[in-house]
Amino acid sequence: MAKVILENISKHFVSKYSTEVVAVRDFSLEIEDKEFVVFVGPSGCGKTTTLRMIAGLEEITEGKIYIGDRLINRIPAKDRDIAMVFQNYALYPHMTVYDNLAFSLEMRKFSKEEINQRVREAADLLEISELLQRKPKQLSGGQRQRVAVGRTIVRKPQVFLFDEPLSNLDAKLRVQMRGELKKLHERLSSTIIYVTHDQVEAMTMGDRIVVMKDGLIQQVGKPLDLYFHPVNKFVAGFIGSPTMNFVEAKLFASNHQLYVEADGMKLIVPVEKARKLQGYVNRQVTLGIRPQDLSKASSPVEGETFKASVEIIEPIGNEIYLDVKAGRDSLIASVDPKTKVNPHEEILLQANLENIHLFEAGSEKALL
Amino acid sequence: MHESFWQKLLKFYLPLALFILFLLFPFYWMFNTSLKPMKELYNLKLNPFYIHSPTLDNIKTLFFDTIFFRWMYNTFFVAILSTVISLGASLLAAYAIQRLKFKTSGPTGLAIFFGYLIPPTILFIPLATIIFDLRLWDSLWSLVLTYPTFLIPFCTWLLMGYFKSIPKEMEECAMIDGASRLRVFWRIVIPLCLPGIFSAGIFAFTLSWNEFLYALAFISTTESKTVPIGLVTELVRGDVYHWGPLMTGALLASVPVALVYSFFVEHYVAGLTGALKE
Repeated sequence: MAKVILENISKHFVSKYSTEVVAVRDFSLEIEDKEFVVFVGPSGCGKTTTLRMIAGLEEITEGKIYIGDRLINRIPAKDRDIAMVFQNYALYPHMTVYDNLAFSLEMRKFSKEEINQRVREAADLLEISELLQRKPKQLSGGQRQRVAVGRTIVRKPQVFLFDEPLSNLDAKLRVQMRGELKKLHERLSSTIIYVTHDQVEAMTMGDRIVVMKDGLIQQVGKPLDLYFHPVNKFVAGFIGSPTMNFVEAKLFASNHQLYVEADGMKLIVPVEKARKLQGYVNRQVTLGIRPQDLSKASSPVEGETFKASVEIIEPIGNEIYLDVKAGRDSLIASVDPKTKVNPHEEILLQANLENIHLFEAGSEKALL
Repeated sequence: MHESFWQKLLKFYLPLALFILFLLFPFYWMFNTSLKPMKELYNLKLNPFYIHSPTLDNIKTLFFDTIFFRWMYNTFFVAILSTVISLGASLLAAYAIQRLKFKTSGPTGLAIFFGYLIPPTILFIPLATIIFDLRLWDSLWSLVLTYPTFLIPFCTWLLMGYFKSIPKEMEECAMIDGASRLRVFWRIVIPLCLPGIFSAGIFAFTLSWNEFLYALAFISTTESKTVPIGLVTELVRGDVYHWGPLMTGALLASVPVALVYSFFVEHYVAGLTGALKE
């Protein structure tokens, strides 16, 4: 078990046409011992490349990586004391499950008894003991996933690396495996670095989340910190489901109140938020409201409600998503399932003003 | 829609039967000819598809008047050795080109392919000089060394396609698991590529077994000849074709190849289609 420290890591590729592509830029992060860190971001954001640099599968163009106290830049993958689960599991198809689990121990010249004991232990833990004599071909998706995980835990490495391990599973199994991996983390109490493009996975599993875009870290933080205090529009839009509504708006003051006004709405900015926005009066901003912070109102309240026409109704069960139009802007509101609405109806929506977000128009940085 | 028996017969079994007839006819002709006496062979009035007075004379001539078994041994020796050499070289070359991604890996792959396109009829002249300089003239080793010149390019090309079908992650995983590059090759890549290796091997074996031009050019002593050369040079005397023994020899020489194919046919097909199914 160990800390992992990444110092100003960069990765440059030379593409087919001899142009240089920067996959990861100036990535610095300290991962605590026994921490579960998730790298999340859209495809091509550099999360997998970063993981592969930690694993030793990609050369590090610039920067330093430490595992424990060891600088590992020049240490080959096999001596880094890490284990990795790949997206397609990469099980060895010509070997039985037992041999798959035993392979890494065999390579490290463990004794037969030790191998046997460790394989049985891991198989018990993952409930795949009856499958040991089967070949990967004869396993279901979930079982393969378990074998892939089992292969990493037999070695008791310092750091576990997971590269989108759940993306090949169906939705139900994914939720189940999510819980199991989390439990496993508690039992093994080891450092885990987990890459995914799925923000729900990131939110539910990570102790800390690293949001990446275009090779750059956008924000590092605990799941709920990211949700409530995103540092920019990208993080705000990436975390949370359905995604946050963004509306082009303008700030203006009137009667000692600060308002944010868009095409179809005019909302009061709460006093304590308004204090931080002194320099932005009369400037263009982006207003962000989460769908969960919109609800149906029965009577108009000045500065809190606005009119919207319902376009599509999506009942989910525990909530209803309303695709609405307010002025020129399309919004999604997630309302109580008992709310009565009809398509094309004009309704009043109330915004939870305490939870609104404002972003600078050009830089997209959070202002609150 | 369910096809009736007659439809199936017309669309499937009849064409199949025609193909089989077409493919097996040469074997039948060889067999037929090898059991006929000379007199019957040259009698145009008799039905040529039927053996009127079967005889074993041709076989006797082939076995006792020529050194057919020596030729068989020579051919085996050359075919097996050059197959082994070619496979070894091709496996390493194909893997390096496909996976090690050195700067010139692409051009190297292409160059090997072009090497395959140069016809032996052009190559045998410079090769003859080299063989002569190496003092391997008239020795089986001249063939063992020259056959790989056309076997390696093809086998490399075939195996490259095969290696490509193995997910890279599998090798990366093995490396993280603690295996060196060579161990990954031996424990993961080779077992997964067995069908491909089989087809490359069968191909190499058949080609060396049948090879005619180099064997004709580099070998002159009767004792060192391979079957294809031995039969043609020793059983065609002047302008007299000894059809009987000739056909017997041809039939017997095709047996090993036929056996190899029928044993490994499944692997062969799997290897050529290059599919590694998950």
